[in-house]
Amino acid sequence: MSERPPLQELIEKYGPHTASVPPGGWESRGDHASETLVKTHCCFCGQQCGIQLKVRDNTVVGFEPWEEFPFNKGKLCPKGVKRYLQGASPDRLLEPLMKAPGEGFRPASWEEAMAFTARRIQEIRAEHGPDSVAIYGGASLTTEKAYLLGKFARLAVGTRHIDYNGRLCMVSAGTAYKLALGIDRAPNSWADIPKAQVLLVAGANVAECAPITTDYIWRCRDNGGKLIVADPRMTPITRNADLYLPVRPGTDLALYLSMLHVILRDGLEDRAFLDAHTTGFEQAIASSQRWDPLTAAEVTGVPPQSIETAAHWFAEADRAMVLHARGVEHHSKGVENCLSLVNLCLATGNFGREGAGCVMITGQGNGQGGREHGQKCDQLPGARSISDPEARAHVAGVWGVSPDEIPHAGYSAVEIMEAIHRGEIKALLSICFNPLVSLPDAGFTQEALERLEFFGVVDFFLSETAHFADVVLAGSLQEEHEGVVCTAEGRVVHIRKAVDPPGQAREDWKIYVDLAARLGKADLFPYTEPKDIFEELRHASRGGTADYYGITYDRLDKEMGVFWPCPSEDHPGTPRLFEGGHFHFPDGRARILPTEYRESGDPVDATFPVYLTTGRVVSQYLSGTQTRRIGPLVDQCPAPRVEMHPTLAAAHGLQDGDRVTVTTRRRAITLDVHVVKTIRPDTVFIAYHWPDRQSANQLTHRTLDPRSKIPEFKVSACRLEKAIA
Amino acid sequence: MSELEFFVDPSRCIGCMSCVNACAECDTHRGHSMIHVDFLDREESTATVPFVCMHCENPTCAQVCPADAIKQTEDGVVQSSLKPRCVACSNCVVACPFGIPKMPSRLEQMMKCDMCYDRTSVGKKPMCATVCPSGALAFTLRSTIERERREVPVNEFVFGRQTVRTKVHMMVPAGTATISLDVLDHLWISHKGVLQ
Repeated sequence: MSERPPLQELIEKYGPHTASVPPGGWESRGDHASETLVKTHCCFCGQQCGIQLKVRDNTVVGFEPWEEFPFNKGKLCPKGVKRYLQGASPDRLLEPLMKAPGEGFRPASWEEAMAFTARRIQEIRAEHGPDSVAIYGGASLTTEKAYLLGKFARLAVGTRHIDYNGRLCMVSAGTAYKLALGIDRAPNSWADIPKAQVLLVAGANVAECAPITTDYIWRCRDNGGKLIVADPRMTPITRNADLYLPVRPGTDLALYLSMLHVILRDGLEDRAFLDAHTTGFEQAIASSQRWDPLTAAEVTGVPPQSIETAAHWFAEADRAMVLHARGVEHHSKGVENCLSLVNLCLATGNFGREGAGCVMITGQGNGQGGREHGQKCDQLPGARSISDPEARAHVAGVWGVSPDEIPHAGYSAVEIMEAIHRGEIKALLSICFNPLVSLPDAGFTQEALERLEFFGVVDFFLSETAHFADVVLAGSLQEEHEGVVCTAEGRVVHIRKAVDPPGQAREDWKIYVDLAARLGKADLFPYTEPKDIFEELRHASRGGTADYYGITYDRLDKEMGVFWPCPSEDHPGTPRLFEGGHFHFPDGRARILPTEYRESGDPVDATFPVYLTTGRVVSQYLSGTQTRRIGPLVDQCPAPRVEMHPTLAAAHGLQDGDRVTVTTRRRAITLDVHVVKTIRPDTVFIAYHWPDRQSANQLTHRTLDPRSKIPEFKVSACRLEKAIA
Repeated sequence: MSELEFFVDPSRCIGCMSCVNACAECDTHRGHSMIHVDFLDREESTATVPFVCMHCENPTCAQVCPADAIKQTEDGVVQSSLKPRCVACSNCVVACPFGIPKMPSRLEQMMKCDMCYDRTSVGKKPMCATVCPSGALAFTLRSTIERERREVPVNEFVFGRQTVRTKVHMMVPAGTATISLDVLDHLWISHKGVLQ
């Protein structure tokens, strides 16, 4: 059904085309009288920096730093500086589109597009059952939209299968924290980072993926703190590291088990903390036993002495923190990797105090809030488990339905694509997700998309995935509606509407409310503005883990955000979790869980001898749907390159600027070589923001962590061959 | 202008280009960035250095300008060339010891960092130092930066026989009073004043 029209025609018509000049042109700059400033937040990344958007004639034309916002105090990365240009792209969708066989897409009225969408969902549901329809969401949606989407999937469509692109982000950390600590949230606000005496940055390219966090790390060093960086690449923050651990891709767990081994061997653990606040420590001892530093060095490539030093620094400090991100999470043992870091902090008593804790750096715009209130396949609002009868009863009560009407857990994001591929799921309605670029094994994703009987997309640009859609509903940019998001710190902040959607584009939430009505459920979606959704969300989350009941839009404005849990309007919010060593379990004790090392899902061998790892660059964001349309950001990094060490390059007869074909067990792509001494000589790195023949995810594999269902983006096996052109 | 001063600390720079992008947003030099970030040698390291105009007390660029087009404000900010006077000869581009001024051929006028005079003159911080994510560019009180950081501010640079004092400070490892960028300064000079 969902065949793609000729690619070149689509690109010519729908882009990406870049915008480099502000609306109105540079000449209009300085006309301050007609401008207003709207205090809101950046649309990119989990830090959600405060920013003021400059608005003239219902158009975003520039920005001003917002120095009063406490997290970033006016600081912005290049994405934040240029984010105002996204609305200026000529590719902006201004009306619904429908697939016109043989001629690509044609404009359609909202009535036609919505009626068609509702009819196809109903037809497929009637023929194959409600679980033949799946809903994709995204972690850049406001929390109101994420909540709405969960309710829409479960009550308006009646499907089990709703999941979101946050599944590609920090779910391994979230799963680990929930298992070990009881809460899926970073336990510390960033204000704790400069207070730590030792910082272990584990698999987090902070300078490029969370640039503002760099300042917190440098302030820690100003205060005398020591910085340990573990990464296969010397990322920019490594320049000031006191200790660099060049861990081989896929072997992080061995490194952290070995640090625990040294801590236990040398009696550096915090016995009093372990006795009072944890259970399961004996099992953890067992899993670290075989990982003496020499054994770990053979596996990880990190010198034994460096492991010893890292363990001693970490354990001997009064206050130590771990900052970790996708580098440890994107693995088929991502949950274990995160647990091993949590275990280091538990073993040394580093939780619930100033400057002490294990902190995930959530990556996506609303990566934290987007996973708390119902668009995850196994959760209901308030970060409640969908299998918990009490949780189901509470949420059903708020929604005014019987608990039996709420479907049970469905498939995760990659599993949904696999179910589409094998024909089990026939229809997909997707928003804020570009799986053709962001899911592993892009060739498989394309085959799946081509098999859909109905594919609807809500988006503001025609993403590469939307090329395969039957209908595209023109939605809204972040600045075009109100809402809240939750930052990586756990701070809920207010996104203010700056402008109306252009043309006939609609605010996303209105599209889903309209569609729910067309599916016969208008009474369950009686919202007239995002605030109505938020008020319902407050009640739905009440008493849950992610309790928002005490949070109001007014409070967010007055207090510059509120940290959840916040159970009542007179509650100050909770910047630091687990104070006094009280973890979120009935007995108050953290769970120290054993972790067993195992190979990655795509191991190197004689045919594919080189490790491939993927990640981001500072000037691009995720699948690039937005940032590949912002001219200055494209200029900064126009295309992906294959980063490799000069010794690896020499072994393949390659020089900087040559073309190289990278082949994995899936496919091959050909890109330019970038020779740098800042990467391990057995590893190549490719950034993943680009589609088609430049797509790193043509190469990656679909092995998932069995618990978090995160794909193993950070390690594949490949071979390199010099290409002629 | 207030008592706030400008500090550059290359050791904190992460090469993100936020400053370059933000500088181009200025209402006066619309779309043109007046700040440079150099990757020293990307093959060897990720080290990067941001450069704003150092705003010399006795600016070489103004000294060598044949058209007297480069003026200093009372508070010591060295401005871009005056459009009616600038003859686009590039003397300043060649002479600046820090390599700051640029001659955009399209404009036929020397343009360089004026420390966001439009912002600083009304009590705001320069744009680059406001957005810089890493604190590599900072506009703050000297007492604050001396209290908070390991590195110390230096504003005296020796180029051979020329000593340049600047309004902008470089943050350097503690114990460094001046920065000499010329090997001549490290050679033995005989009692006759002859370089050996």
